[in-house]
Amino acid sequence: MAGGAAAARDATASAVALHDVSIAFRLAGGGTYTAVAGASLAVADGEFVAIVGPTGCGKSTLLNIAAGLMAPSAGRVDIFGASLGTLNRQAGYLFQADALFPWKTALQNVAIGLETAGTPSDDARSQAQTWLTRVGLGSFADRYPHMLSGGQRKRVGLAQVLIRDPKILLMDEPFGPLDAQTRQIMGNLLLDLWSADRKAVLFVTHDLEEAIALSDRVVIMSAGPAARVIGDWKVPLARPRDIGEIKLDNAFHELHRDIWHMLKAEVIKGYAQTEGA
Amino acid sequence: MPRMRLILLQGLVAVIAIALWYVLSTYPVFGHVLLPPFFFSTPVDVASQIIDWFATGVIWKHLWVTLEESILAFVLGSIGGVVVGFWFARQPRTAAVLDPYVKMANALPRVVLAPIFTLWLGLGIWSKVALGITLVFFIVFFNVYQGVKEVSPTVLANARMLGMSERQLMRHVYWPSALSWMFSSLHTSVGFAVVGAVVGEYLGAAAGLGYLIQQAEGVFDVAGVFAGMFVLAAFVIVIDTIVSAIEKRLLVWRPATNDARP
Repeated sequence: MAGGAAAARDATASAVALHDVSIAFRLAGGGTYTAVAGASLAVADGEFVAIVGPTGCGKSTLLNIAAGLMAPSAGRVDIFGASLGTLNRQAGYLFQADALFPWKTALQNVAIGLETAGTPSDDARSQAQTWLTRVGLGSFADRYPHMLSGGQRKRVGLAQVLIRDPKILLMDEPFGPLDAQTRQIMGNLLLDLWSADRKAVLFVTHDLEEAIALSDRVVIMSAGPAARVIGDWKVPLARPRDIGEIKLDNAFHELHRDIWHMLKAEVIKGYAQTEGA
Repeated sequence: MPRMRLILLQGLVAVIAIALWYVLSTYPVFGHVLLPPFFFSTPVDVASQIIDWFATGVIWKHLWVTLEESILAFVLGSIGGVVVGFWFARQPRTAAVLDPYVKMANALPRVVLAPIFTLWLGLGIWSKVALGITLVFFIVFFNVYQGVKEVSPTVLANARMLGMSERQLMRHVYWPSALSWMFSSLHTSVGFAVVGAVVGEYLGAAAGLGYLIQQAEGVFDVAGVFAGMFVLAAFVIVIDTIVSAIEKRLLVWRPATNDARP
């Protein structure tokens, strides 16, 4: 067993590596729509990478492929050096839309990820309570999702994913529906939790500021169809960071200006396409 | 509106209706009694008939029979609806093949089946239970089918990412979703179970509220018919109240605004 695990987790291999991934959808009319064409991307273990791109560039689809929820039409996905065939068991996924089980309380929602793995119910529940406290919802254990605010639901979602201690964290515009202040608080919470054990993170967003403030690397995608990776920027900002304060930093501004210069053209292109459609 | 005032106003409606009924069926207006007691009875006769039924205790047997038939129809119809609903939702091919037959069976007015059930199952409770089942089954079936099919794709993807096996998906995702749809139609399906029982009794039985009404009608005892209707109405209200209480307990997780879901 130990040998197998070692082979599956090659220390030098990237946590997530997409090689020339293409995604094509069959259209109802008969043709095909190529959403992503030949995208390559690698996330090292412990690295926080943000993908930024205009609306409809297929960045969420790319995340689904890394999660194993979808298979690419062409190309290969490697997880810690091993080719991904089915569901990515080493990844946790935080969705953009509400993904909590509405019929379970906050505590049950968090505990379920352990229970499915065979952890005894009592143990799972006490760990879930610890995680709820960690995301600041210790006294909300008995609430059902509809009794929680949008930000609180995201906190529960974060605890639900992190309690399983995944090696890779996939996040699809997780704070998209939240208001600006809540986003900032959630971003700091995420960085706090992440700094504890530095998982590999692939964070999809359309918000460039959020991307720079959170990540080690910002990857820019072009507008679809046939979107691909067109830019890859290191974020040389020191950690630990405070998302509110880092936005006042000069280095932040320069980076933002440079990346935005590139992104702007793609956003206009993407916007023109959705308008034309 | 304050609760007390609401109850008072609700009571007032009944008082006015009964008073009108009493006056129009007892005193002539311009030489005519507008509601001849032969066709409309009078509140006094109806009340004394109801009191008589309860005083002598005859009514309990009939109430019990109707209740028993309704419960059996509801439970058996629901089990069938849940099983078939799940089966269809998880096996789209089976569902597609059998779809026209399900639609056909559902379109059939169930009353026409009553004589056949009586022929097959006799005059006892089972012919009424069978009629009730045919009504309850389709409501539960359609709701469970919808509930399993309309699980949010995000919730489903999340469940998969959280490591759920097919069996765990069934238990933690499909089943609660289906149940929530089923419970939201609880009032309708319980109501139809009672309808099945009463209609079945009415068409041929030896006991039950429907039988009571049918017997009274057979001898032009309009007071008896009305008394039976009032007892039946009270019976349905009691059951509906119980169902509401159960529903409230089972669907605590559901936001109140979604209560109107069909």
